[in-house]
Amino acid sequence: MKHAVVSLTVNGAERQMLVAPGTTLLDALRENQGLTGTRRGCEQGACGSCTVLLDGRTVMSCMVPVETIDEARVDTIEGLTPPQGLHPIQEAFLEGFATQCGFCTSGMIMATAGLLAKNPDPTREDAVRAISGNVCRCTGYEAIIDAVLDAARRVSAAGSARAA
Amino acid sequence: MEKIDASFFPAEREAELDVVGTSVQRADARGHVTGRTQFYEDVSFPGMLHLKMVRSTRHHALISNLDVAPAMQVPGVVRVLTHKDVPNNWYTILKLIGVEPDDEPVLPEDRVLFMGEQICAVLAETPQAALEGARRVVVDYEDLPAVFDVEEAMTSTPFKKQGTNYFVYEGHNCRRIRFGDVDKAFAEADHIIEHRYESSPIEHAPTETSGCIAKPEGNGRVTVYSNTQALYFTLDNMALILGVPFNKLRLVGGTVGGGFGGKVDVMVEPIAALGAMLTNRPVKYAYSRAEEMQVSSPRAAERIYIKDGVMKDGRIVARKVTLYVDAGAYCRHSTYGTTKAAAHMPGPYTIPNVHVDAYCVYTNRTPSSAMRGFGVTIGDFALESQMDQVARFLGMDPMQLRLINAYRDGDMKAHRKKVEGAALVEVIQAAAKQTGHSLPPQFASMSSLKQEAGHGQA
Repeated sequence: MKHAVVSLTVNGAERQMLVAPGTTLLDALRENQGLTGTRRGCEQGACGSCTVLLDGRTVMSCMVPVETIDEARVDTIEGLTPPQGLHPIQEAFLEGFATQCGFCTSGMIMATAGLLAKNPDPTREDAVRAISGNVCRCTGYEAIIDAVLDAARRVSAAGSARAA
Repeated sequence: MEKIDASFFPAEREAELDVVGTSVQRADARGHVTGRTQFYEDVSFPGMLHLKMVRSTRHHALISNLDVAPAMQVPGVVRVLTHKDVPNNWYTILKLIGVEPDDEPVLPEDRVLFMGEQICAVLAETPQAALEGARRVVVDYEDLPAVFDVEEAMTSTPFKKQGTNYFVYEGHNCRRIRFGDVDKAFAEADHIIEHRYESSPIEHAPTETSGCIAKPEGNGRVTVYSNTQALYFTLDNMALILGVPFNKLRLVGGTVGGGFGGKVDVMVEPIAALGAMLTNRPVKYAYSRAEEMQVSSPRAAERIYIKDGVMKDGRIVARKVTLYVDAGAYCRHSTYGTTKAAAHMPGPYTIPNVHVDAYCVYTNRTPSSAMRGFGVTIGDFALESQMDQVARFLGMDPMQLRLINAYRDGDMKAHRKKVEGAALVEVIQAAAKQTGHSLPPQFASMSSLKQEAGHGQA
């Protein structure tokens, strides 16, 4: 079978890539685009380490054949990081000691970004549900859930500051 | 974060604890939250080959036929590695600290000892071609009886080439501790309380699976990017297995996507480096999630019998422990874990008569190895469950029972080390206070420092 050309808007920039049939969005990002911040944990949609935003929705990129999302918008952890400093979600994870080995962190942060995009004022239950597809084997989740809620406060404060 | 309580043992410290109890950011956290932390898999090289293992589908069997030719027919398959390609095929991880014999083949020669054991390695241009090649390798087996129970294994036909189903410690079939006279003390005790405790294997299940990339360099060295937790064990074992000087290998690691002891064994690196040396191309060997769950070594299953001789007033005067560590098919770190288990007995208690037999047993289960306090963790589960059983039997407060028997500074432990820096009494007192559990004055005023006359003696 022949390779296909797929166009994606990755972190705001238009990218074209030549992919073999069956190539996952995860492999397209990591191998083709060199965006290794999206982690490969299980390749079976079980761990959430590869979570990215696809047209604003959280998806596990290992479960998405990239040929099926031609012309889509994809946002990864690399795109979240501003030129200076950190995104408020990243600040919340950093200051809340919500990372340990760091392998699940990109996915956790992107799942948080997906949550806050549609629900800027989540309850604790909303936060738990938003990261329920993301496995962390180090922290026991409490610090991560606290960081998600803290991130909501920080994002909303930053939004108010911009509006003022 | 709460400041640590530094009011205990002030005379034992020279300076104030000015960092402990404060929040200090991890050095790597900024990399984690930006996704810039580099894990081993985040490097890749032109021309990199992918390695997939053919694995045993039997618990214990002779390999009567191994045909790799069909794999070579798959487009993209470059080479298949078997035991014949490995310069020094037999090893044991702790060899460099004097553990012997070499009991594990990098790739087995004529038999497999557990389900999932690696048999041969297929190298291909893509992961898909490597998988397809591995699928086409033909392995014929002649099944042999398999043993899955540690006590059964002690008496069943030896299945390993060194001739015993247990590790031999200085001429003995177990690691032994003898202290005082347990039989005499059992005869004199008011009660004998005996229970059996058992645990299952526990998989670490790190989010990042085990893996490495081995890359041949222009200067004749091989660089290995790995997520091992044990760079130097890996370096040493690779040099021995590959038959090359240590300075021909460069290990790059330090960032591990979850380890918990599960990435201490030397599993993926030697064979990937061998593939790199034989093909002169970079080779990547990454466990799939299924491989991580099935073949990476778990915490050992243990079976522990504890027999206590107890007086009516709560003093434990004798403790006999018979402990079995299920090493699975190969030694790895289990011999060390079993020694640690023996040294940990009889727990943090001063018991004047102790008898321990700790067996490191081979079975046809997945080899077990390191995991968070291995050798001690399951022992503690058994010991503290036993303390609760004793307390319940005597109708005593479990905290008071522990305080009566707690070790203190200066006491002699069963393995002939004098106790130093004990804090068990203070920890129990603090736990009692925090949980609103009231202790009578003679227990509330105990100290790990004070040696009361006659304490610890029957």
